[in-house]
Amino acid sequence: MSSLQFVWFLLIGLLFAIFFFLEGFDFGVGMSVNTLANNESERNALVRSIGPHWDGNEVYLITAGGAMFASFGAWYASLFSGFYVMFLLVLVALIMRGVSFEFRNEMRTDFWRRFWEWSLTISSLAAPFLLGMIFTDMVKGMPIDAQGDVIGHFTDYVNWFSIVGGVAVALLCYLHGLNFVRLKTEGTLRERARARGKVLYPVLFAGEVVFAILVYVYTDFFTKKPISTLLILAAIVLLSVLAYVATLKDWEVTSFISGGLTLPAVVMLLFVGLFPRVMVANNAANSILIKNASSSAYTLNLMTWIALCILPFVLAYQIWSYWVFYKRIKAN
Amino acid sequence: MSILGLSILSLARFQFAMTTVFHFFFVPFSIGLGFVVAIMETNYVIQKKDIYKKMTQFWGKIFLLSFAVGVVTGIIQEFQFGMNWSQYSRFMGDIFGAPLAIEALAAFFLESTFIGLWMFTWDRFKPVWHCLFIWLTSIGSMLSAVWILAANSFMQDPVGYALKTVNGNTKAVMVSFADVVKNPQLWLELPHVLFGAFLTAAFVIAGSSAWRILKGKNIEFWRKSIKISLIVGLVAAIGVTAVGDQQTQYIIKNQPMKFAATEGLYKTTGDHASWAIVEGMDNKDHKVTWSIEIPYVLSMLSYHKPSGAVTGANPLNKQLHKQYDKKFGKNMNYFVPMHTLFYSFRIMAISAGVFALLAILGLYWNRKKSDQIVRYRWFLYILGLSLWLPFIANTAGWFVTELGRYPWVVYGLLTIADAVSPHVTVGSLLFSNIIYFLLFAGMGAVMIVLSHRVLVAGPDADLQSGYGVNDEDKQDTDESVDPYAKGAFNHE
Repeated sequence: MSSLQFVWFLLIGLLFAIFFFLEGFDFGVGMSVNTLANNESERNALVRSIGPHWDGNEVYLITAGGAMFASFGAWYASLFSGFYVMFLLVLVALIMRGVSFEFRNEMRTDFWRRFWEWSLTISSLAAPFLLGMIFTDMVKGMPIDAQGDVIGHFTDYVNWFSIVGGVAVALLCYLHGLNFVRLKTEGTLRERARARGKVLYPVLFAGEVVFAILVYVYTDFFTKKPISTLLILAAIVLLSVLAYVATLKDWEVTSFISGGLTLPAVVMLLFVGLFPRVMVANNAANSILIKNASSSAYTLNLMTWIALCILPFVLAYQIWSYWVFYKRIKAN
Repeated sequence: MSILGLSILSLARFQFAMTTVFHFFFVPFSIGLGFVVAIMETNYVIQKKDIYKKMTQFWGKIFLLSFAVGVVTGIIQEFQFGMNWSQYSRFMGDIFGAPLAIEALAAFFLESTFIGLWMFTWDRFKPVWHCLFIWLTSIGSMLSAVWILAANSFMQDPVGYALKTVNGNTKAVMVSFADVVKNPQLWLELPHVLFGAFLTAAFVIAGSSAWRILKGKNIEFWRKSIKISLIVGLVAAIGVTAVGDQQTQYIIKNQPMKFAATEGLYKTTGDHASWAIVEGMDNKDHKVTWSIEIPYVLSMLSYHKPSGAVTGANPLNKQLHKQYDKKFGKNMNYFVPMHTLFYSFRIMAISAGVFALLAILGLYWNRKKSDQIVRYRWFLYILGLSLWLPFIANTAGWFVTELGRYPWVVYGLLTIADAVSPHVTVGSLLFSNIIYFLLFAGMGAVMIVLSHRVLVAGPDADLQSGYGVNDEDKQDTDESVDPYAKGAFNHE
């Protein structure tokens, strides 16, 4: 494995990590539209809080996908064709979600406005749930043939590990969204989000324990990399405990950051576990490796320079855009 | 394996056609509309007249709707290469992935961030800065065209690559990024697509305005909209024709089979080639059965002089067999879908002429001192109907480009049949086709209803709130919580 290949493996992990941190709270706020808000004005406030940002946040997923295509074509090909139906459902969720924002605003009747609000809520739940399933299945190991094609059956995709993984990611996003609501709104929404967090964090702790056990049962993380796996799992738990304490003490920024960082930490757990593979096969000989799956050194080198030149600008104007919309939003 | 006689290949091809065609209804519309709206807002900044602000906000509203659908249908495209065309992705990742990733980095971030800023900050920034946001959004959307077309151009005309065999699998690797970007095919496709996008927005605006003038309200607003859009439309109609002509010259040399098909030629023409307006073809025996022709015109189109023969599909087929049989075997079919290309090309080319004519007449009758455009109701009806034509012309253009590449997915390097995901099942492909079809039908219907509603409400509706058409709701909702409200920031 060359250092360039390693850098791109890291970079793709980083892009997914940023994606889950940023779009994570968008998903959470989307779910909150029908589970936290009590009236139209509160729903408006919630949509409003992510209105200027959600699209830019989603681009991290597109960039991660594009970067995977450019740097590890074989990984991209196996992953997307191998998880065909799941990616189709992710697409359906992202499509419904994306148009819901615009369409709901143009609706004249309550029925149709509620229709698009429910579409927003359900798709915001489905997308992280399905992505969580895909990622857990990917590290669990799939039946992969010598050509790198996944030939899986229903239980390879849907099993206890992937269901718990999906629920965990969705729950993390929901909590992250609640913490975002506490930061961005005023009044009852802000209080209700905190009360909801107080209830849900203990549920999350139970989920994390189950998830850790399933990681032990379903993956080779503990046999291959026991120390780093334990350390990252501990970090995930610590971050969520910190977020919980911060929720109790009403430290809003701390709960948003530490609760949010659990998502990148989960991505880190999965990517460290994957390494040096990109796809885990049940038959170890067919696992797809970083060193075999990558593009040429020329392309990797080129893409490194391009990313280095463009990313700083992207980060700068995105941060600026968050700064422009830093004020709290009030529902009456 | 097949269900109802459907194969993975045919379903994957159908899906690619369906998803790209639907996506490409909204892409040129958004690129063009973003550009025209930016021009409108620039007018507002310079002239400080309220009507331009209204225009910006009014057409901006339709722009936002179209942009949303364009974005979500675009995600399908990115995932689709991996899902349905995994062999293609393995073969091409090195070259195709790079522009795709650059597109996301350089274009998608720019447009998505600044459209968010533009949409929510009408009263927070000085008009100059606010106008800059729409320009950055517009530039972002055009940059995305650059990179995706760079990828497509490679598929049409591979340059700057080498073939490398790893573990028995051949793949294309990039040797020169500069060559990939300098690909002459790209610098023809790009202006063609951009002019097409400007035409799309121009005629949707002009056509919608024509319908509203027929209803007789806000005449000044609609006439000003027609003026701006048709100026853009006229420039774009001339531009697209000029680029199209250059492309013809290029394709005769690089993809002669595509050219023969667009002109419906099976046999090589004589030295003075005549141009068929319509013709009948026998695709089995590979011959033209009847035709109506204008003498000399094909030579003129092809070589800019009255003489010069154009090679037909039959000799080209033989030539391609000679060239590729060693590598791809004798069973290849090099005939592209002749009928489709012949008529698609004519629909596209004639549309460009119609656009130029409508733009000239419209601009003339819409002169400041004249009210002819309001009196010539028949013209308004024609202009009104023409708003659908750009979508048909764009689709026809891509039919020529993409079907004309048959049987290749990457010209001369990889066949369509070899590119498809080998282990995706017919069932899941059928399922995804049905799902996409239902989604597109739904979204298309909602888009048409909503755009129509915005048009009917007209520029007098409250455009800033985003509830423009929904005044009752405004009363029982505090303006400050409206996600699209300008005033929200003032209520701290």
